[in-house]
Amino acid sequence: MISIKGLTKVFQIDKKQVVAVDDLNLTIKNGEIFGVIGYSGAGKSTLIRLLNRLEEPTSGKVTIGDNEITSLSKNRLRNARQNIGMIFQHFNLLWSRTVSENIEFPLEIAGVPKEKRVQRVKELIDLVGLTGREKAYPSQLSGGQKQRVGIARALANNPKVLLCDEATSALDPETTDSILDLLVDINERLGLTIILITHEMHVIRKICNRVAVMEKGKIVEQGDVLDVFLKPKQPVTKKFVEQVMGSQEDDIGQLIENYSTGEVVRLHFVGESANQALISKISKEFDIEVNILQGKITQTKLGAYGTLIVQLIGEQDEISQTIQYIKEKTSIEVEVLKNA
Amino acid sequence: MLNELFPNVVIEDLVVATGETFYMTIIALIGTIIIGILLGLLLYLTSTGGLWENKVLNTIVAAIVNIFRAIPFIILILLLIPFTNFLIGTIRGPNAALPALIIGSAPFYARLVEIGLREVNKGVVEAAQSMGAKTKTIIFKVLLPESMPALVSGATVTAIALIGYTAVAGAIGAGGLGDFAYFHGFVRRDFDVVFVCTVLIVIIVFIFQSIGDFITNRLDKR
Repeated sequence: MISIKGLTKVFQIDKKQVVAVDDLNLTIKNGEIFGVIGYSGAGKSTLIRLLNRLEEPTSGKVTIGDNEITSLSKNRLRNARQNIGMIFQHFNLLWSRTVSENIEFPLEIAGVPKEKRVQRVKELIDLVGLTGREKAYPSQLSGGQKQRVGIARALANNPKVLLCDEATSALDPETTDSILDLLVDINERLGLTIILITHEMHVIRKICNRVAVMEKGKIVEQGDVLDVFLKPKQPVTKKFVEQVMGSQEDDIGQLIENYSTGEVVRLHFVGESANQALISKISKEFDIEVNILQGKITQTKLGAYGTLIVQLIGEQDEISQTIQYIKEKTSIEVEVLKNA
Repeated sequence: MLNELFPNVVIEDLVVATGETFYMTIIALIGTIIIGILLGLLLYLTSTGGLWENKVLNTIVAAIVNIFRAIPFIILILLLIPFTNFLIGTIRGPNAALPALIIGSAPFYARLVEIGLREVNKGVVEAAQSMGAKTKTIIFKVLLPESMPALVSGATVTAIALIGYTAVAGAIGAGGLGDFAYFHGFVRRDFDVVFVCTVLIVIIVFIFQSIGDFITNRLDKR
């Protein structure tokens, strides 16, 4: 478990005090993928660097497992850091070393004998899918491959925790997905706790169990990814959710105007993929026509989430029964936008 | 034919002088590289935001480097005569030129080392720190290897400056091609000797430059 208590970091910039992280409290469970999202300047990068003390906190406490990181001496901090892997937005590989040698570096630091290092490097290269590229230099690799080397390097000493500092922000969408898949894979296979910071809601949606939204050095909202997606409370959270879902509010007036017959209803899908056959089901069971007007369903790690706006056409009675059915027999939330 | 074109050139003496120039340049270069890297590292590590951030030490080292770089080389040799005499036991010959050559060029190389180190990606240093690396490890496994092309090309530039310095040192009897050109050529008004020495020095410069470029290119995997 990682616990953060009253963590504060104040930077002194030209005699002005800038509070980057402001009395922040957070608990992260073992084995989960925890996302921190925020715009640039929210303090999320500082936060993750405080966790392994690349940045010294002004005050507060960070505990990772049994280690109170913030009270360790320089020497013991170095040992503790060997159990905390970290990957970076710009990969930070040594250009003078090959793929193998880069991955070997943390093992050299930990004093692992040569024979075991070679063995371990081979395992890691297989794990991240870089077999055949051992002798390549970083300059000969694509962005995604570089990040794979970064991940292998971070995992070399079997850490319990992996810190990801905007690890996919410099990658194209497709490569981002493959790196995210790799992160989920190692999370499941190695039981590793992953903390990642990002400004892309897509990343949170795809792999995180829980998320915290950061603004001005504070966490303004946190919870299970699905809950945050479904009921974003803070304006900043809503903005992030719209990043993935698109903004719908603007179009509704137009929709209601355009479709004047029957009823226009909004269906909220939350986390149960079984309900996705709903449309065909209601059109079979009730004597109505279902016209899909707009919608977006997206997958999170804990199930599907999204909304559909549909027009129900038929006898008023049938429509009422249909809505009743959805409300009572499924977990889908119904919201009537317009009564004809 | 060589005798007709250059009647005053004695090949045997020229070979000895060329050997002395090589000797002085190479030994002085080794000393310069060692001291220059030490000073350059010290400048880099003690600078603001560095691993050993220390304003006082940084100011002192920077002051020493700047002072020695500011002194014209010919004057530096004269100033160092007592020191050289104490260290080498004589103030004549190639060995006597070495202290002045090293002290004259090490500060220059130190600045080039510092520039090279500054170009090492800060993120890579940070990555090494995040893995729990000691400062010693960061110096020997990150900073020096990652800046190696800059260190080598800096050493090449310094080597060429050193060849020039050996010729200056020659003017006060250090031996080598500068000495030869001055005492055997210029003083006796035998300008063919001056000409041959010049050509040889240019060739030596080219040799050092090519070797330096070759090594730099081989090292640079960026």
